[in-house]
Amino acid sequence: MAEKFDLNEREVWDGNYAASQALRQADVDVVAAYPITPSTPIVENYGSYVANGYIDGEFIMVESEHAAMSGCIGASAAGGRVATATSSQGFALMAEVLYQASGMRLPIVLNVVNRALASPLNVSGDHSDMYLGRDSGWIQMDAFNAQEAYDLTLCAFKIGENHSVRLPVMVHQDGFTTSHTAQNTYPLTDEAAAKFVGKIVPVDDMLDFSRPVTYGAQTESDWHFEHKIKQHKAIMDSRPVIDEVYAEFEKLTGREYKRVESYNMEDADVAIVALGTTVETARIAAEELKSEGIKAGIVAIRCFRPFPFDQVREALKNVKCVSVLDRSSPAGAMGAFFNEVSAALYTTASRPLVTNFIYGLGGRDFSIEEAKRIFKEQQAHADAGHITTDIQQFSGLRGPYLGFFQTKRG
Amino acid sequence: MAITSIKNLKEFSTNNDRFEGAHTLCPGCAHSMIVRELMNCTDDNLVISANTGCLEVSTAVYPFTSWDTSWIHIGFENAATAVTGAEAMHKVRKRKGTLPDNDAPVKFVAFGGDGSTYDIGFQWLSGAMERGHDFTYICLDNENYANTGGQRSSATPIGATTSTAQAGSHSYGKKEKKKDIVAIMAAHGAPYVAQLAPNKWKSMAKGFQKALEIEGPCFINTVSPCTTEWRFDPKDTILLTDLATESLMFPIYEILDGHELNILYRPKNVLPVEDYLGAQGRYKHLFKPENKHVIEQIQGDIDKNWEMLQRREEARI
Repeated sequence: MAEKFDLNEREVWDGNYAASQALRQADVDVVAAYPITPSTPIVENYGSYVANGYIDGEFIMVESEHAAMSGCIGASAAGGRVATATSSQGFALMAEVLYQASGMRLPIVLNVVNRALASPLNVSGDHSDMYLGRDSGWIQMDAFNAQEAYDLTLCAFKIGENHSVRLPVMVHQDGFTTSHTAQNTYPLTDEAAAKFVGKIVPVDDMLDFSRPVTYGAQTESDWHFEHKIKQHKAIMDSRPVIDEVYAEFEKLTGREYKRVESYNMEDADVAIVALGTTVETARIAAEELKSEGIKAGIVAIRCFRPFPFDQVREALKNVKCVSVLDRSSPAGAMGAFFNEVSAALYTTASRPLVTNFIYGLGGRDFSIEEAKRIFKEQQAHADAGHITTDIQQFSGLRGPYLGFFQTKRG
Repeated sequence: MAITSIKNLKEFSTNNDRFEGAHTLCPGCAHSMIVRELMNCTDDNLVISANTGCLEVSTAVYPFTSWDTSWIHIGFENAATAVTGAEAMHKVRKRKGTLPDNDAPVKFVAFGGDGSTYDIGFQWLSGAMERGHDFTYICLDNENYANTGGQRSSATPIGATTSTAQAGSHSYGKKEKKKDIVAIMAAHGAPYVAQLAPNKWKSMAKGFQKALEIEGPCFINTVSPCTTEWRFDPKDTILLTDLATESLMFPIYEILDGHELNILYRPKNVLPVEDYLGAQGRYKHLFKPENKHVIEQIQGDIDKNWEMLQRREEARI
C-alpha cells in the first residue's frame, strides 16, 4: 500500500509538479523515462514518489527518449497503466516509436512540455515539438496553465483507456511559462482522483497467457491501408468520449473543458486563434480593447488531435477577420495551424478573412500590447473588406519587415 | 521452474510447441532451430520480443502469426527495451496482484539479428543490460543484414563480401574485423553471457536454460548460418555450423558474472579455417592468390582468440 500524500485544498504548483501529481494519483504502474529540459521534473517527481513509497510503481530510467517510449510500449502491452514525459529533441528522438504506440493502440499518457527544436539549440518554449506529433496517431490536448496540466493529465488516462478509444494521449503545456511558473492549483483528493480515473482494464494483455497475443505484426499493401484508416476512425470517434470525460470532470470539479474554447466570441468582429499560454495573453488584450470599441474574441484549441474541424467552423463563422497564431517555424509554408484553421473556414458560407502570424519562437515573449496590435490590424482588414497586409507576418521578430503573400480576394 | 528433459533430440524438438513451423524463413535458415530450442527448453510462460529482421518479418505477417505465446515487435533497435518494459510491468502487477495468474512463472526473452544487436540496437541493448532487468537477449548472428539483401554489419567478418562491402578487382571485401559482442556484454557485468551454436544442440539448450534460470540480464550470441547470403546449399546448414565450431571460427563458451570463462566445446581435431571459408560463396574470392594474406590473417586471429579464451579459462578470473 502506498503512503498517504498530504494535499491542501489549494496548492501552489507549477505545470510540471501538477502533471506529476496527476501521475501519482492515477497510480501509474510504469514510467520509463529519460530527462530533458523543461519536462524533467515530471519524471523526477514520479521517481521520488516511488522512492518514498507514495506510489507502488516501477521507475525505469532508460538511456534515451526513444528507449523511454519503447519501454512504455512494452509495459503498456503488458497490461498496466503507463506514462512518461518529454520535450523538444527528446520528443523528436521518440518520433519513430510514437507511431508504433498508436498503431498498437496502447493507451500511454505522454506529458509534452513544449520546447523549440534545434538548430540553433534552444531550451525555451514554442510549439515545434507539438506540431511534430500531429500525424503520429495520438490524441493531443493542450493545457494553458498548471491547473489544466493537472486536470487534463487525469482526463488523459480516462480517455485513452476507454475501450472504444484505446489510443495514446499527449498532454501539452508550454515550456517554462507553464511548466516552471507556480500558480494556485486545486487538486482532487487522492480518493476522488482515483475514482474519476478508474482502474485500467487491459485489452490484449501480454501477461494473459491463456490468450497469446502478437503485437507489432507486419502488413503490406493487402492490409496496411485498412489498419491505418481504422486507426484514423478511432481518433475521429474519440470525440464524443473526450466530451463525456470533460463533462464528468466538470461535474466533479466545476472546471469546464471543451475541445474548442471560445472567449468573447458572442459578438466578435475579429478573432485570434491560438494555443497554449498565448490564449490568456490574447484574452487580456481582447478585454482591454473593449474600451476602444473593438469587438475581439479568442478561439483556443484545447484538443489539437482529433482536430475539431467542425467546432472551429462553428466558432468562427460570424467573424469578419481571423488571425491564426503559429508558434512554430513554418519552414517554407504557411503556418501549419493556419492551414488547418483556414481549411475549416474555407468550407463555411461566410469565409472570413484569415491571416497568419508566426510568433514566439524559441521562447520569444508575446505581449498583451502585441496581441492588441494584431487585433487592431484584423479590424483594419475587416473594415477594408480585404487583407491589407501580407497574409503571413511575424510578430516580435527583430530586423527589417518580413511578410509573404498578398491576398487575391481584395 | 519445470524444465523439459533434453536427453533425446527427437522428443526435445517436438515438445512444448509454441513456435509454429508455418513461417516464411528461407529453407535451411538456422533461426528457426535456435528459436525452437529456446522455446522448447522451458515450460514457463514466455514473453518474446523481436527486433525488425529476418525472424520478425517471417513470423508475424498479418493475419498470421507463428507465435503461440506473447510476442511483441516495435522497431529495428528496441526489442531489449520492449521486453524489459514488459518485465517491469510484470513486477508491479505481481506485487499488486493484478496478473491473470499471479503465481505462474514468466520468462522474458528478446531476439535480434546481428544488425540490430551489434549496430542499430546496440545502445538499447546496452541500456537494458545495465539496468539489470531479469531477461535474456539472444542474438541470431548471421553476420549480415540478410533481411534487406545482405549488407555488411559490424558482425561481418573481415574478408567476406557483402553488397555494401564488396569484393572486386580492388577489394577483398570487408576490411574491418568482427566486433567482439560477447566480450562487450560480459563487460556489462552480466551474470551470464555465452556464445552457442545450434549444431551443439545440447549445450545450446543448457545455455538457454541457464540464462532463463539466472536472475538478471543474460546475453547469448548464437551462430546462425545464412544459406542465402553465405551462399551454401540449404541442406548444409548444420554442416556449415560444424565447420564453424570445428575451425574455432565460432568457439563455444560462456562467461559468468563478467569474469569466469568456461569453454563449452573443444574440437578433437581443429580444422583449418580454409575448410570453413571454402564451403561458402561469400569467401570465394579469398582463394585468389592476391587475397591469400586475408585467409592467413583470419587464421592468425582465430589462433590468438583461442589462446586467449583458454588462458582466461585457466586463470579463473
